[in-house]
Amino acid sequence: MSESATRLSVFKTYKLYVGGKFPRSESGRVYEVSDSKGKWLANVPLSSRKDARDAVVAARKAFGGWAGATAYNRGQILYRVAEMLEGRREQFVREVADAEGLSKSKAAAVVDAAIDRWVWYAGWTDKIAQVVGGANPVAGPYFNLSSPEPTGVVTVIAPQESSFLGLVSVIAPAIATGNTVVVVASEKSPLPALSLGEVLATSDLPGGVVNILSGKASEMGPHLAAHQDVNAIDLTGATEGDLARDLEIAAADNLKRVLRPRTEDFTESPGTDRMTAFLETKTVWHPTGSLGASGSSY
Amino acid sequence: MASAFEYAPAPESRSVVDIAPSYGLFIDGEFVEAADGKVFKTVSPSSEEVLSEIAQAGSEDVDRAVKAARKAFEKWSALPGSERAKYLFRIARIIQERSRELAVLETLDNGKPIKETRDADLPLVAAHFFYYAGWADKLDHAGYGANPKPLGVAGQVIPWNFPLLMLAWKIAPALATGNTVVLKPAETTPLSALFFADICRQAGLPKGVVNILPGYGDAGAALVEHPDVNKVAFTGSTAVGKSIARSVAGTHKKVTLELGGKGANIVFDDAPIDQAVEGIVNGIFFNQGQVCCAGSRLLVQESIQDELLDSLKRRLNTLRLGDPLDKNTDIGAINSSEQLARITSLVEQGEAEGAERWTASCEIPSAGYWFAPTLFTNVTQAHRIARDEIFGPVLSVLSFRTPDEAVAKANNSQYGLSAGIWTEKGSRILAVASKLRAGVVWANTFNKFDPTSPFGGYKESGFGREGGRHGLEAYLDV
Repeated sequence: MSESATRLSVFKTYKLYVGGKFPRSESGRVYEVSDSKGKWLANVPLSSRKDARDAVVAARKAFGGWAGATAYNRGQILYRVAEMLEGRREQFVREVADAEGLSKSKAAAVVDAAIDRWVWYAGWTDKIAQVVGGANPVAGPYFNLSSPEPTGVVTVIAPQESSFLGLVSVIAPAIATGNTVVVVASEKSPLPALSLGEVLATSDLPGGVVNILSGKASEMGPHLAAHQDVNAIDLTGATEGDLARDLEIAAADNLKRVLRPRTEDFTESPGTDRMTAFLETKTVWHPTGSLGASGSSY
Repeated sequence: MASAFEYAPAPESRSVVDIAPSYGLFIDGEFVEAADGKVFKTVSPSSEEVLSEIAQAGSEDVDRAVKAARKAFEKWSALPGSERAKYLFRIARIIQERSRELAVLETLDNGKPIKETRDADLPLVAAHFFYYAGWADKLDHAGYGANPKPLGVAGQVIPWNFPLLMLAWKIAPALATGNTVVLKPAETTPLSALFFADICRQAGLPKGVVNILPGYGDAGAALVEHPDVNKVAFTGSTAVGKSIARSVAGTHKKVTLELGGKGANIVFDDAPIDQAVEGIVNGIFFNQGQVCCAGSRLLVQESIQDELLDSLKRRLNTLRLGDPLDKNTDIGAINSSEQLARITSLVEQGEAEGAERWTASCEIPSAGYWFAPTLFTNVTQAHRIARDEIFGPVLSVLSFRTPDEAVAKANNSQYGLSAGIWTEKGSRILAVASKLRAGVVWANTFNKFDPTSPFGGYKESGFGREGGRHGLEAYLDV
């Protein structure tokens, strides 16, 4: 900033990312976001219950198309996200450094890891079905195949501390397999998440596959956890008080799949369990007929 | 019609099974009385005859059993997998040896036809133990990383519709992976689980590895909520499943739930009608319709509706309802008076809401709990009989015109356990199967089960899978 004293910089208005668009909160509310030293960074939308519901509607609308897309196509798009992020690397390094109080070099390492994570999951889209599905050798003349399918609309309470690498680490596995997500960003550090929406919007990701809300997990969480059209909830960032337990209780109402919070080091190589947490197994049977001595029955 | 199909009685002998006048709880390898001395009676639903008097577990007994399972866990989990495997192989073999005895016992206590216990339940029970026995020393290769660890003590609550088969689905994978077990059978069908306890003793299974606690819902709740239980596995109603999901919130307990269903059986206009009719009958009248994955909603393409329903009704009039021990019997008794009351009440609501009832003409025995095969036409998606699980021999018939409409109607349910597709067109099978939100899809067949085949639901039919490699995950710390 110092050398640009002669020119006033242009601030960005941070907005939500819902259904492929960038709305403000319908409530008109904002809250102040500061860096780790308390310096004001931006006013961001304080999303409401209505915003959360709108996001679920957008995610549900996008689900059929995204789940039905070929795994190859999903992989191409996730890789495109990595490409787009690479191009905006400097911006994310700055935002992550501000958000998490990291040095430039440490923030750069975090951003690089996040970009590489998109690449990792891009490669998984067309492999997970072979790893977790397969043919079952039933004792009878039947073809029997189990395949993984996405659970549906997943609500994600994003990690509170790891505002970008953690965020990517919870979104990418859910959408790689065909789920659509409603993400509640880190409350105190939502800027990298809101900027990620801008990247996703230019990565050929269909609108509604990822919806990003800023605000309070404690305010939106109970509504999302109780929402009858949400199929699963990731409680990773629900670390405040009894929030995780309360949300799990609310989620039982329509038997959402629940991923409980746990200690997690997002710099480590992820396994497959964040993908399998939001996968169903569908098993299809069909008679094969037989070519026995008694003649053909197929 | 029925007179054309008269059969001489062909009863299976009861003498192969010796039911004692009373049974205790099975804790730490011994049969013991309940701490508070409570007992309950188990009756044969086809005759209302009291079969035996059973100790009724309470919360103190649950605590005792969990302690025994905890104590046994250390040694059991430390055994080489190959040794655990051999115990399970022994159990599988003893079940095969005692298969006829157990089939008759199950038919007496549950009310289902001997044809089913003999040809479906028991072979599947033995196969399930045999299958998971083989996994016990191969867990490194199951896709859950090297040396996956068991969870600890598994609290398992099972229903009355397939008492011994549900026990097998729960206990076999739990033991193979190195967990120990406290299992509560349903209050109306405790006997086969208690006979299984004897099989554990014959197999020389170490004390405390399997504990059996007959009892009611309060014992089940105490087991699920016990702080020293690491794993909860439940098969039963969606309402109870939800209360379990609430009660384990905020804990580290791993949970699998296999709950209700309202399976859609979709028949397209090119389906072979006779085979489809057999599939529909098997889908909803197998085990008196008391099956969570029953094909309780028939979705038939409009152009063949009349022809199909004529054939179906003709077939239903040939089903033989009566003595479950008779080898000719197709339709046995409803498991309890409570269940009969629930079926009756939902059927009355179906009539009150304007659906048209048709019931097969068959004689109902004077004693016991019975419900004749019934179907409803003029059913809309809003009718309660099209939405709620009846868990009885009652089929709701709806029609459709296009494949898209069939899929939309099939998926219009809180449940997502099973579905059926009947068509000769392969591409249509695959397209429709991929769009159905259900865990098991039977194409040109229905109600097939196998230990290698994962089973479980989408949506409010629960979560987790039982059977196959997938079934191991529920009992491993992964």
